[in-house]
Formats: sequence, structure tokens, C-alpha cells
Amino acid sequence: MSVCLPPALRPVVQRCAGVLAAGGLLWPVLTGVSAVVPEGRWSFTPPAQAESFAGAPAHAPAQDWSFRGALGHFDLAAVQRGYAVFAGVCASCHSLTQVHFSDLGGMGLTPEQVSALAASWQVVAGRDAEGRLTHRKALPDDALPAPYTGPEAARAANRGAVPPDLSRIVQVYPGGADRVYALLTGYASSASAPGAGAARAEAGFANPYAIGHRTAMPPPLRENAVVYADGTRPTAQQEARDVTTFLAWISSPHADDKRRLGVGVVLYLCFLACLLVILKRRIWSHVEK
Amino acid sequence: MPFIVKHGNTGLHGVRDAVSGRGEGNQMAEIPSSREQADQAHGGLAPEPPGGAEPASAPEAAPMPAGVGVAAFVRAYGAFPLPRDLNFLWTVGAMLVALLALMLLSGLTLALTYTPDASLAFSSVEALERRAPSGWLLRSLHMTGATFFMAALYLHVFRGLCYASYRAPRQGLWTIGTLLLVLVMVTAFAGYVLPWGQMSYWGADVASKAVGAIPLIGGTLEQVFLGGDAPGSATLHRMFVLHFTLAFTIVGMVVLHVAVLHAKGSTSPSYRPGSGGASGATLPDAAGRSRMLPFHPYFTVKDTLGVVVLAILFTLVMCFWPGLVSEVENYRPANPLHTPANIEPEWYFLPFYGMLQAVPSKFGGLLVSGGAVAILFLVPWLDRGTAATCAAGRWGGLRWLPCVALAVLACSFVLCGLAGRHHVQGGWMLVGRLATLGYYLYFLAFLPFYARLAQKELRS
Repeated sequence: MSVCLPPALRPVVQRCAGVLAAGGLLWPVLTGVSAVVPEGRWSFTPPAQAESFAGAPAHAPAQDWSFRGALGHFDLAAVQRGYAVFAGVCASCHSLTQVHFSDLGGMGLTPEQVSALAASWQVVAGRDAEGRLTHRKALPDDALPAPYTGPEAARAANRGAVPPDLSRIVQVYPGGADRVYALLTGYASSASAPGAGAARAEAGFANPYAIGHRTAMPPPLRENAVVYADGTRPTAQQEARDVTTFLAWISSPHADDKRRLGVGVVLYLCFLACLLVILKRRIWSHVEK
Repeated sequence: MPFIVKHGNTGLHGVRDAVSGRGEGNQMAEIPSSREQADQAHGGLAPEPPGGAEPASAPEAAPMPAGVGVAAFVRAYGAFPLPRDLNFLWTVGAMLVALLALMLLSGLTLALTYTPDASLAFSSVEALERRAPSGWLLRSLHMTGATFFMAALYLHVFRGLCYASYRAPRQGLWTIGTLLLVLVMVTAFAGYVLPWGQMSYWGADVASKAVGAIPLIGGTLEQVFLGGDAPGSATLHRMFVLHFTLAFTIVGMVVLHVAVLHAKGSTSPSYRPGSGGASGATLPDAAGRSRMLPFHPYFTVKDTLGVVVLAILFTLVMCFWPGLVSEVENYRPANPLHTPANIEPEWYFLPFYGMLQAVPSKFGGLLVSGGAVAILFLVPWLDRGTAATCAAGRWGGLRWLPCVALAVLACSFVLCGLAGRHHVQGGWMLVGRLATLGYYLYFLAFLPFYARLAQKELRS
């Protein structure tokens, strides 16, 4: 059902990347703080292995996400690349049931681009005269189609495990974006080689960040799994970063709007509060306590 | 500094004594004013003989000369005399009114998109957040508003306990206020069920089981509450209707609360024996009136400042730290087959949840946690002291005792919440029980005991 980086998207991503990079940079300039300050914890410190019990997931190292912190923002170019990874890789098993194609316009796409993007997906269009399912190209108003018809089909296709819905995954997954990233990149080396994991597939795949250090999800990302339209090299790490950014964005697509609104409102209210303090002092000036 | 408000109001609202002693009544009244409205309001208060009229008459008399109408009503409320030494805790009431308006407006707009059906509720809330115009903003306002409303309400009640605002003649005011607290808590709970996430579902489940623990009628009540054997569409309909209707009931009760406040007058943080009664006494006599200021402009500007400061805090939490007021587990759709590891209510119910769990028996726990709210209704009758007796008592050796007792009460409340959060496991069980005891001791031991002690001291 899903396709590997829909051709319709390639020019879209290409066109938008430059614009978005600029748009994304504008925000820290406006606020003066945020992502400009590096946190100094870039990557890949070995995970602390202080579990309370044997199967507890390892602590995911903190990553330097652009959206982290009170004044963070989403790097929309990374969100778009992450969409390409989602559509090309994740969508074959995972759903985004709460998301409509029109919502993806928030990645920085024009309505035409959203229509083109939707048209690269097939959705069910009811049954024909013989009772067979028919399909059509998706429209912006459609929800993203789920890869399986229901939990039973998902279980049958995945050796008994149901791939979770990703609509709010970064919000509800304990550990958040750091752990999603750690899980995607943290497969034990023996399992990450293609084919080697198949023998042990019944028991799941070794991953220190999964509960019980085993996950039913095969290592999803490899080098060049997708082609990035903006020329970024699609290493497995880069893909994991981008798709995590995309999932964080889709979990709270209006977080940036909210922060932007908040800065304006707080500045305005502080000004108003100053005026009111002056007014109150004048009105109360002759009142002895 | 020629500032018109100064002359226009101090002279014409019957508070000329307040102007640092320089204003004589007649002299100030002769000052020509360009404001007719102030003149009319003046008629209501100034002619009263000091100390002569009944308490309630002062604010009520104001609209009479100007006739009946919105303008007269507004003038009467603008002239409402308040003690001048009210501290910031007295602006919490204004904050609550502002928050109530916010909750009502955002709630009404949210209701346009929401669908109270077990299979549709979660996705209708998701659609609201993702696609409805400014839906994310409305929902954030409503969610953050719920937390701030409950926090402000607890502060308001605590202020009432601190300054004994429940004493005669304000028992009615206190009773209405406590009823409002109960209504708001029920509304908050009903509202939390509506998004139909995991915590909504399991919260409704726990609440229904708690209701079911009542002997005799429990089973029936549980059926009525759930509309079936387990939470479902029928429960959602009930909660939606309850949430919606109670919101307007609360508005009506707030109007009543404010009307009674205007009839009985406000308390104040200080007590001055020289002023012939508590400074919060309803009727200001000559000395007491000098401590009063009209509501407008003095307290309108103070309350507005309070509301703006609250709005700043509100925006900071809503826009930059939304995780403080949202429970992530509730972003998972309700799943009757999967019980979450940690079922816990919103923070504002945690103290009562802790009490519920601290008692081994199910029904006993329900009685204790429900009684923690119900006992507030009895406070005016548990504390038999008057302002005069207690002030006299405070000059005795035990001035520190009320402060200690209030601190114990506040700490117990917080500790109960923490114990509830940790499911009263291990050491938290002991903490939860001690805190529950501390909470009840304030009402059942300290209040009656202290009033009696103060009375004894006054007599001796």
C-alpha cells in the first residue's frame, strides 16, 4: 500500500527544504535563545546500565533535539525527511489513524503539494457490485490508511505482535523522543545484519531499549532505505533522527504555534502588568496602609 | 499630581475619612465634580449616620435613588465598600471569576466539535486538536484552565480558613462556597472522563467502584452512574450532560455567592480592637468606615492586576510547560482490556485519592475522603469563636497555635496527595494515614478547642 518515497513528494521536499530551513532559522532569531545554545550532549554516550530489574529498558541517552525545551521549535526540513522515512519504511506496519493528509500541510507544504502527496497513497473506496474492495487515490480530507484491516490481521502478519499506532507515540512512549531514537538505532549488532535476525525472529530482536530487551520489530532502518530529495545522506542514524523528529511533530503538530503565541502573549501581558502596577500605585497613592 | 480619580472618588464614595485625615465630609462634598455618576453613588453611602444602619443596608441602599437599571446596579457594585488592607489572597476571587468565564467560553466552543460516544469521543478530541480552527488553543485553554481553577479554588478556601471568613454573620456565604467547591469538583471529574483516553476510562471505572462500595444503594447508584456494567457510551452521555449543566449551575451559584458577599461585607486580614469590632464587620462605624474603600477604582485595579499576573502564569504553563497539566496516558485511546500500571486522578484529586486508599475498608475510605470535603460545611459550627474572642486569645500565650495548626493542615493535605500518588505503598501508607489524621484533627480537635480556650482567656 505504501510506496518508497512517493515520486510526487520528491520535488516537494526539494523545493521546500531551502525555504523551511530559512523559516526554521527565523524562530530562534526571534526568541534569541532556543536551539542556538548547544546542550553539549550530542550523542552516543554509552547507555547507563543501572536497571532495577533484568528486563527494564536501558536509559536512552538524551539527544539534542531542535524541539526540546520550552522555546524549542521543529526543524521542518527534518520533519519532511522524516515523513519520507515514515512513508517508505514505517507505514508498511504502523498506522497514523488520527492524522489526515491535510494535517501534513503543517510540515510546510502548500495545498497543491498536500494533494500531490495524498494522491500517492491508495485508500479504500467502498465495495463494487461483486462485493470486492475498491481503491482510489487519497484526497487531502482522507485519513492516512492503516496498513492492516484490524488487530487480528496485524497480529497474523507480525507473529503475534500488533504494531502500535504512531499518532501520539512520542508523547505516550515512556522516554519520549530520546527512547524512540535509541530504540531505532540500538539493535544489538548481531541482529542488525540483514538475515541474521531471521533465525531468532520467533523470540524477537535484541534491543536494550525495549522492555525485556526484546522487541518484535525487526531492525527497520538501514543505509539508503529512502532517497532524500534535499541531498542529505540517508544513513541509518540520519533516518532515525528524521523519523523521530517527524513523529514528535505529528504527536503535537501545533506545539510551535503554541510557543510562538506564548512569547507574544507573555510579552504583551508583562507590558500590561507594568501599566497596571503604575495605575494601581497612582490610585492607591494617597491611601495610608 | 492632578489625578482626577483621587478627588472624584475619595470625596464622593463616602470614604473621605480615609484620605489621610485631611478630608472633612462636608468640605469634600462641596467640591464640584464633573462626574454625575459619582454624585449619584454618593447619595447611597454618605447620608448614613455612622454606626446607625443595619449591616446589609449599606450596599443595598445605593441603587434606590438612581432607580432600577443596569447603570444603577453597576454603580451600586462600584461603590461597594471593602476593607483597605485586603492582601493579594483576596484577589483570588476575581481570578476565579475570570477563570470561570474562560472555562465557560472555551467549553462552549469545544462542545461544538465533541462527540459523546465511546467509539467516537477520542477521535473527535483528536480531530479537534489537529484540525478544528484554533482547536488546539481552545483545548489547551480548557485543560490549563481546569488546573488553575482548582488551584485557585483551593487557595480561596485556604484563605477562608486562615482568616476565619466563615464566622458569623457569613456562615451562609461559606456554605454556598463549599457547595460550589463540591460542584466544581464533580464538574472537573466529569470533564476529565470526556476525552475517553486511558485515564478517563479507568478513572470512571475506579469512581464507579467507589460509588458501588456504598452499602444498600451502592449497586443501584453504580448502575445509574455508568448506565451499564462498565463505562461506555451511556457513561459518556451522563458525564457530558453533567459537565454541561453543572457549569451553568456553578455560574448561578457564583452570582449568589457574590450577592451574599455584598450583603454581608468582606472580611479582612487584620483585626483592630479599636475599631469597635472586626474590621470585617459588616457595618463600618465611624472608625471602621475609615478603613473602607469603594470597590471602584481601588479594588477593580487591584483585581485586574491580579488577573493579569495570573494570565502570565497561565500562558507560561499553557504554552511552554504543557506537560505540567496534561497526563500523557490520556493520549492513548480508552482500552477496556488493558489496565494501565498507574491509575491516578488529576493532581487536584490526589489528596482525596490518598485518603481513599489509606483506609483499609473500601466504604470506610469513601467515607473518609468524602468526609474531608463534607467537613468543610460544618466549619462555621465547629469553630464557635468570634473574631473578638480569638483576637483576645491571640494576645494570650497561644498566638502561634493557629499558625501551626494551619501549617499542619496544609502539610497534611499535600502529604495526602503525595501518598495518593505513590498508591500508599510501603512507608507512604503510614504517611497517608498520619496525614489523614492531621487533616481531620484540624477540624475536629483544633477548631473547637481553640475557640473554647480563647473564650476562657477572654473571661479571665
